[in-house]
Amino acid sequence: MKQSLIAELDVNGLLTALETCLREQIQARKLENPLMIGIHTGGVWLAEYLHERLEIEEPLGRLNIAFYRDDFSRIGVHPEVRPSQLPSTEDRDIILIDDVLYTGRTIRAALNELFDYGRPRRVILGVLIDRNGRELPIQADCVAAHIDLASNQSIKLTGPSPLRLELHTLET
Amino acid sequence: MTTLQLDEQGRLRHFLTIEGLSRDWLIRIMETAQSFGSVTAQSVKKVPLLRGKTVVNLFFETSTRTRTTFELAAKRLSADVLNINLSVSATAKGESLLDTIRNLEAMFVDMFVVRHADSGAAHFIAQHVAPHISVINAGDGRHAHPTQAMLDMFTIYHHKQDFEKLKVAIVGDILHSRVARSQIQALKILGVSEIRVIAPETLLPASVTELGVRAFHNLDDGLADTDVIIMLRLQKERMQGAMLPSEHEYFQCFGLTEARLARAKPDAIVMHPGPINRGVEMDSQVADGPRSVILEQVSHGIAIRMAVMALAMGVVQRGAVA
Repeated sequence: MKQSLIAELDVNGLLTALETCLREQIQARKLENPLMIGIHTGGVWLAEYLHERLEIEEPLGRLNIAFYRDDFSRIGVHPEVRPSQLPSTEDRDIILIDDVLYTGRTIRAALNELFDYGRPRRVILGVLIDRNGRELPIQADCVAAHIDLASNQSIKLTGPSPLRLELHTLET
Repeated sequence: MTTLQLDEQGRLRHFLTIEGLSRDWLIRIMETAQSFGSVTAQSVKKVPLLRGKTVVNLFFETSTRTRTTFELAAKRLSADVLNINLSVSATAKGESLLDTIRNLEAMFVDMFVVRHADSGAAHFIAQHVAPHISVINAGDGRHAHPTQAMLDMFTIYHHKQDFEKLKVAIVGDILHSRVARSQIQALKILGVSEIRVIAPETLLPASVTELGVRAFHNLDDGLADTDVIIMLRLQKERMQGAMLPSEHEYFQCFGLTEARLARAKPDAIVMHPGPINRGVEMDSQVADGPRSVILEQVSHGIAIRMAVMALAMGVVQRGAVA
């Protein structure tokens, strides 16, 4: 199976859109001293930028969902999992950031892990790309772009600098 | 290479011995253990990796620390754990080892953690279990105690990083010690610059130098310039075998004291697999002193056992390790 790169998208414009949406959410929903958490790896890159732009005081949290995946028995544990770095989530307002929302399984795993660090008060989700193909009833609060792709196509963020979105077609 | 513990794709099926594992494998186990470090920071100290799996601690020989840390490791991976103490159970009624295994298999278990007084017991079980079951050796006779050796390597790694530069001394009953055997194998695979064994002649195997180690009969000489000192537990039952005159005399010759520790490098660490016989293998001053990492070894034991269980129960992502 081979991958061919068919397009690259401009990340900067999308990041600005995501930032604007999150700023509105923080105000409209009155998030108090929010804790921003990026999902490893792409989500962390985006969160590092957004954390600075939104001037969030609390240090950035990093979430690695490798131990919470629902397909562990099929693919096993990756040996170089970087541990999650999170403070207690007890009673916190949390802004969860990921690069691409696809099946929803990553977010399901991330929510489970968050609850193992405490009981958050609220969690909102911001993603750069929302693509079709959801397998769970999960949706984001802020989305920079919606994209419909064929099932043999994938979109992924590469980085950390420069950040690039790559659209691939899998050829069998 | 296919061995009993690695499958045809080079994945870990069982964890029975350090022997035959590559340096990459030892590093992979330590890296996996490292990544489990954050679990203890969670308010719910569990990850769901082995949810729904059943781990059986099959102990034919009693051991509190090893069994407890295996149990905690399995529970932190969300497995269900069954503790079976066979030194007082079925075998006392005359049931054969294989019958015991078959019965447990019929209860749909997924992993055996085996401690046995006979060398080779874990290998024997691994050869005969159903294909979906993994076997972890938690110490067999005088043969091997691979998770203990790995947690010791992991502890050294936390303090010293660069194995190639290290001089490591192992002190005590080398002859009867499965811990020492596994440690020596692991230290060699990781490429430490020198391994020394320090013991009275009666507690060293006759062919000790064939292991690629330097033997010393004098503690002061052996400790000079070392980075890591591993004290072994003196098994008191050996006293009756006329191998040692008395505990007191052993301490006089081979007990670690502050004064003797001064022979080692200033940043040398002191390790012991536990339980310590205070005043026999070492002074309390040393055991509780700033150079002692004995309690860290216990914590690292949980992470290492989590890593080994997770690796053996799951198919390792990205295929085999060279």
